[in-house]
Amino acid sequence: MSSSLASFGARKIGAALVTLLLALTAAFALGHLSGDPVYNILGPLAQREQIDAMRADLGLDKPIAEQYVTYLGDTVRGELGDSLQYFRSNSELISSRLPQSLQLLVAAIVLAILIGVPLGTLAAVKEGTWWDRAASTVALLGQSVPVFWLGLMLILIFAVQLRLLPSGQSGGLDHLILPAITLSLLPLAHIARLTRASMAEVLAEPYIDAARARGLSTRRIVGLHALRNAALPVLTVTALQTGVLLSGAVAVEYVYSWPGLGTLALEAVQFRDYTLAQAVVIVGAVAFVVLNLLVDLLYVVVDPRLR
Amino acid sequence: MGRDADTSAAVTAASRERIVGVSDLTVVHQRRGGGRGERFAAVDGVSLHLDAGEVVSVVGESGSGKTTLAMALTALGAHTSGMVELLGHDLARLSQRQIRALRPEVQVIFQDPHGSLDPRQSVKAGFKELRGLQPQRTSWIDDAGLLAQVRLSPDLLDRYPHQLSGGQAQRVCIARALLMRPRVLVADEPTSGLDVSVQAEVLRLLLELRESTGVAILFISHDLSVVRRISDRVYVMRRGRVIEQGATQAVLDAPQEPYTRQLIAAVPGRTLRTAQVAA
Amino acid sequence: MSATESTATELAAVTPAIAPSAATARRIRRSRAVLWLSLPLAFVALVVIVVPLLGVLPDPHRQHLDQTLLPPFFLDGGSMSHPLGTDKLGRDLLSRLVTGGRLTLLIGLVGTVVAIVPGTLIGLLAGYKRGWVDTVVSRFIEAQLALPFVLIALAIIANRGSSLGVLIVVLALTGWAPCARVVRAETMALRERQFVLGLRAAGASSARIVLRHVLPNLTGVIVVLATLQVGTAILVESALSFLNLGIQPPDISWGQILASGREVLTQAWWISTFAGLAITVVVLLVNLLGDALLSHYDPKKRKF
Ligand SMILES: Nc1ncnc2c1ncn2[C@@H]1O[C@H](COP(=O)(O)OP(=O)(O)OP(=O)(O)O)[C@@H](O)[C@H]1O
Ligand SMILES: [Mg+2]
Repeated sequence: MSSSLASFGARKIGAALVTLLLALTAAFALGHLSGDPVYNILGPLAQREQIDAMRADLGLDKPIAEQYVTYLGDTVRGELGDSLQYFRSNSELISSRLPQSLQLLVAAIVLAILIGVPLGTLAAVKEGTWWDRAASTVALLGQSVPVFWLGLMLILIFAVQLRLLPSGQSGGLDHLILPAITLSLLPLAHIARLTRASMAEVLAEPYIDAARARGLSTRRIVGLHALRNAALPVLTVTALQTGVLLSGAVAVEYVYSWPGLGTLALEAVQFRDYTLAQAVVIVGAVAFVVLNLLVDLLYVVVDPRLR
Repeated sequence: MGRDADTSAAVTAASRERIVGVSDLTVVHQRRGGGRGERFAAVDGVSLHLDAGEVVSVVGESGSGKTTLAMALTALGAHTSGMVELLGHDLARLSQRQIRALRPEVQVIFQDPHGSLDPRQSVKAGFKELRGLQPQRTSWIDDAGLLAQVRLSPDLLDRYPHQLSGGQAQRVCIARALLMRPRVLVADEPTSGLDVSVQAEVLRLLLELRESTGVAILFISHDLSVVRRISDRVYVMRRGRVIEQGATQAVLDAPQEPYTRQLIAAVPGRTLRTAQVAA
Repeated sequence: MSATESTATELAAVTPAIAPSAATARRIRRSRAVLWLSLPLAFVALVVIVVPLLGVLPDPHRQHLDQTLLPPFFLDGGSMSHPLGTDKLGRDLLSRLVTGGRLTLLIGLVGTVVAIVPGTLIGLLAGYKRGWVDTVVSRFIEAQLALPFVLIALAIIANRGSSLGVLIVVLALTGWAPCARVVRAETMALRERQFVLGLRAAGASSARIVLRHVLPNLTGVIVVLATLQVGTAILVESALSFLNLGIQPPDISWGQILASGREVLTQAWWISTFAGLAITVVVLLVNLLGDALLSHYDPKKRKF
């Protein structure tokens, strides 16, 4: 068994590496094949010499294959190049903003799980009732509301009208509340939907009937059996949600002027700082792939049927 | 291995044309849900043959490799090693195109008749498509006549699969196979999804077709009462291997292997069904 | 942003079911739900297409610098001449919303086509061919899903700047993978169905089986995916426009109106609010329709 576990792990890691390589290649291709970055940066009025100098500086005068190899080598060594806009190394810039983004992401995920799982469970246990419908409406709304609009509305209500909470910028815990709520909505909706689905499935299993026949209360059944079995799919979705979450985070950071990676990326795009934009893309992709790999491995440790 | 097939089979078999010849066939599958290294032989060194006009059965417990064997010898599935000869052609030497040209000679009927029909196609549209695929082969009979061959009314032509009963659907499948005028019919548990009375009718139909068209039938089943009634020879499979073979009477009345005895013992009410088929 | 992505998992095992006759009544009720959800959407489409042609609304681009930030009619200072008020250049908000809806809905539709068509074809190819083709495609799908759409958009727009064309490219690049994943899984299941083997035995080519038999049996799945993708595309458009990476003035879309209201949020809440409401209502209707279609095609797979 342990050898098959190891081989499973090796396969998953191999697949993750291939995925990562493809994602890195895509990031490179998107940056390099969609037009000459230097021309885009300097604009149509730039002098020939200026352009040539900058191209040489960035290594863009080399053949594309050589650029690609250099890029991969640098990335593997963790060298993400220098920002064209800040004249600092990209990794420095990113690590200075990363903590804020992580804070926001973790807070949002925790909120999403804390609310989404009970909501989905409730809907499954009271399937077909008013509770179920209310939960489903919340979930569907959560998937239909533009995140940034929700952010604006919350600012309008809680910061402008009621003056209860600050409207942005990082600071104390109170600054985190609105952005985290905003960002949590979409994953919350997904988690609630999935929890309801997998919980309903588990509750339909014969062993649940057996437990009921033994006189266990619904609450005990859900707590003892169902929640544990429904947890795995929820875990996967949560990991898959990171991608969605990263997308949402950019908008949310922008709405609340939150000094994280998202605003950094937006600044990069505004100034056509493609090396910085590329660096943020790489960090995002790596985070996503690594997280999903961890969940895959965890999944197998928890559920031996999948080996 | 059991007795020598040829001595116990019908005397005429030796002089008949060989339709299917399989020697030392192995099909390796990856274990479902398993790692890359985990491969196993679903069919393991099987040799068998089927001659013109014969009905030969393959029996064995679930998972013993019957379907895998059938798929490989009809060139619908791949095989790992060994040789498959169809109508004197070695499959390994044929190009994809040649194999496709050969395919209509071998038709297949499956256990689940509804699964064997495209849910979005009426019976008539299905026939039409087959005629389009093989214009020459299929010109021998019209749609109504074809349905009559399988004892179905032409009213069913406009029906969709979900509007057919299991027995009707299975007959439509047989009609579709028949339309191609195949030399071999592979029937993979064609009756196990059907009611007992319908089962008997379908079996009778297969036997009639053998008489009228001379098609050779490879009959796959784990219902030994049916096998006894329908087949000339039988192969017993277990875990991918043929462990016993010979004339049906001989194998079923005096099984050499304990496994075969178990299979026979496992059939409930077999006398009843045999009686129905014979009736 | 990705109703499609989550539905991908839910759809993974949908096979076009043959409706058992007992469920006919329920089926009719579901078809009715589909109808009732399609009507308001058709109405919205009709309004944004026809109303600007009638000339009853003021020119959405016409500036009135003496009438800036007028509130909607139901607030003090508002009037029916500008029912939903005006923006910071004195342009009529209702007229802008109606006109902006054209581009938003257009992007929703085009963004769906550019995602669903390649996604379906790639999914069919991978699911039917299997083998190394499938391995390669699967890796690409995963790699695609590993790049959140905003990151892809950022990487392209950092280079090309923003334009409608770039927006469509972003929608195509981000939308094909979830669709391909579902179609691939469905195709793999269908290809093992016995009627496919039967057709191969009759000498049918792979192209015929895929196009004439597999694809038609996936209609339900594809319709559901496409519906949900419309919502996703509208959300992506609005998000990018909001971040100033999408539709640029003087073009008008709901996302762009929403973005333009942000800087005057405290003085004129109605601009962003109404634009956001328009987006939310349409996307909600689309998602409800997608759900209704899902249970219409496969009642077992209904989640909520
Ligand atoms: N495509 C496949 N991939 C992996 N394993 C397979 C595949 N097809 C069949 N197998 C395995 O090969 C073995 C033989 O399967 P097969 O379907 O040939 O058995 P069978 O004798 O037809 O069984 P049954 O009577 O249940 O139809 C089984 O263990 C099955 O799980
Ligand atoms: Mg079988």
